[in-house]
Amino acid sequence: MSEQYKSSTELERAPVIEPGHTFGTVTEKISAIVLTRPATNGWFIGFGIAFMMTMMLLFALGYLFLKGTGIWGVTIPIGWGFAIVNFVWWIGIGHAGTLISAILLLLRQTWRNSINRFAEAMTLFAVAAAGVFPAVHVGRPWLAYWLFPYPNTMRVWPQFRSPLMWDVFAVSTYATISALFWFTGLIPDFATLRDRSEKRWIKMVYGMLSFGWRGSARHWHRYETMYLLLAGLATPLVLSVHTVVSFDFAVGIVPGWHTTIFPPYFVAGAIYSGFAMVLMLAIPIRKIYGLEDFITERHLQNSAKVMLATGLIVAYGYGIEAFMGWYGGDPYDAFTLWNRLHGPYAFWYWSLLSCNIFIPQVLWIRKLRTNPIALFFVSLVVLVGMWLERFIIVVVSLHRDFLNSSWGMYYPTRWDYMTYFGTIGMFLAAMFLFLRFLPAISIFEMRTLLPEAEVKE
Amino acid sequence: MSQIFHRSTNTLSRATIFGAVFIVAALGGVAYIVQGSPFVTYAGVRKPQPVPFSHQHHVAGLGIDCRYCHTSVETSSFAGIPPTKTCMNCHSQIWTNAQLLEPVRASYRSGESLQWTRVNQLPDFVYFNHSIHVTKGVGCNTCHGPVDQMPLMYQQESLQMEWCLGCHRDPGKNLRPRDQVFNMRYQQPSSARPVSVDGQEYTDQGALGAALVKKHKVRSVMDITTCSTCHR
Repeated sequence: MSEQYKSSTELERAPVIEPGHTFGTVTEKISAIVLTRPATNGWFIGFGIAFMMTMMLLFALGYLFLKGTGIWGVTIPIGWGFAIVNFVWWIGIGHAGTLISAILLLLRQTWRNSINRFAEAMTLFAVAAAGVFPAVHVGRPWLAYWLFPYPNTMRVWPQFRSPLMWDVFAVSTYATISALFWFTGLIPDFATLRDRSEKRWIKMVYGMLSFGWRGSARHWHRYETMYLLLAGLATPLVLSVHTVVSFDFAVGIVPGWHTTIFPPYFVAGAIYSGFAMVLMLAIPIRKIYGLEDFITERHLQNSAKVMLATGLIVAYGYGIEAFMGWYGGDPYDAFTLWNRLHGPYAFWYWSLLSCNIFIPQVLWIRKLRTNPIALFFVSLVVLVGMWLERFIIVVVSLHRDFLNSSWGMYYPTRWDYMTYFGTIGMFLAAMFLFLRFLPAISIFEMRTLLPEAEVKE
Repeated sequence: MSQIFHRSTNTLSRATIFGAVFIVAALGGVAYIVQGSPFVTYAGVRKPQPVPFSHQHHVAGLGIDCRYCHTSVETSSFAGIPPTKTCMNCHSQIWTNAQLLEPVRASYRSGESLQWTRVNQLPDFVYFNHSIHVTKGVGCNTCHGPVDQMPLMYQQESLQMEWCLGCHRDPGKNLRPRDQVFNMRYQQPSSARPVSVDGQEYTDQGALGAALVKKHKVRSVMDITTCSTCHR
């Protein structure tokens, strides 16, 4: 990092790491969470609740497999209910992790080093939660593997012209690259944990996971190359995955879906909700585990700024949709706009506008951007708003289509809610386990931020 | 610091990573082969029947036409399984004391049908119609194999979707003149034995198939390969 760069960015901002840390203290502080800190009652209670919610998910899915999708509220004309709403919501949340780990790495935003590890974990768990829905909403979930092209005795391929097919590839690629990237990042830290743990079997577990990492110069050389390559592979995915997800809608001719603004506005919305989730996770984690030195005010501020920017892009998307409804002259589009503002779901549309556009404008105030509690609640509001956005897109567009005779309403059942909250439980349970067994902050990348790591030329 | 792992772990881990690729690929290959094998499809399996009825004897030996027993094959989706009365047309006169035929006579006396075991069984989600295939010129033995040489009946083909589509994607290669549909000894045209349709001689299946597709008004490949052609 050159002096010039430092002077322009670090003068008046909070530091990325609080002063006074050395290689030793950084390593000690992060690895202690896993190795020496005992699991508290709070952890057990939190994990227990999340685990029970996961069991609720399994119960809801088990009943679904027995009875079929009839137990959900989906019916004609709303054939895509909570399952697709939740899928899009979860997959969007994942995007922030990839943006932080890949794009910010390539752009040399070193402040990302404190939050990239758990943001990537968040991506992975969010993609897993998202992956539940397309697999179970197909009606005969045990045949969901038909979505993949493989040599078969039916001599048919999936329909490659369908965006739903593109979705399968987009999401499975995304899951693979995210998992690889996350694991690659963990390898040197696994080695650190291996070297610092006391018991032999723990040494063996971390030793196996670290692939025999010794930290030689050659290891590091290859490692950096690979990490950059993976970052390069992951970067287009930040934009492409949600673009393809938006095609699921935009390619259809339903008014409210059939617009070209969808891809950019979906991607912005994804990053918007993703950063909200990062903040909702980071704020309690830094408090509980005393990591305020590493996840500083600077990180909260930067994340809030990203939210503000992407939130405004999303607002622009809403604006253009409304504008085109009026300007386009298509009576069905005009009706869709009117129906959003005044129809049976108008309350939820106004809630969406409040959650996603009006309330987050408080982030313009610097005091609130640096206040963890305020940020936590704004993030919660944004997550609710982004969920409502997908609800509006899926349900409100479908419930009033071209023919009055096919109009209807959507009434989610308890199974819809159980599945949705169940995936939240699964996500949180995975997060709890991650915090307990893996270094939540990248140790080796944090060390490079210390003054000790500066190379004197 | 002592080593955690023995030095053989290096080799072992490399071998497992390398091997896993082949193991996964091999499992996929085995699954694919099993899926297409008689273990799953029952192709070539002689299922037990109440009476060991020989198509070879009745068709090749005696020269009985398929339609003598399977009466509805030209007009219905189902070819039809003959009632016991059809058997008794002859067997009330010949082999009247054969022990082998006792179930047939018992069925005739009691009026209870013989419970034959279905050999060529399509899944219920497939709509299949015999009459359209017969009318368009698909021979019996094209799908059922050399029935006249089967002492005990078995299913010739896999009846899997790839097999159906193999013909639906190129129907011309299996068509024959309508009057040859029930001919179990029919051979595709060659220069040695041409097949004549409407006064014209054909010496290869390509030309004959194209002519018959036109003559029998077989619908386009696109029409007969849509999902709802068979999955209604």
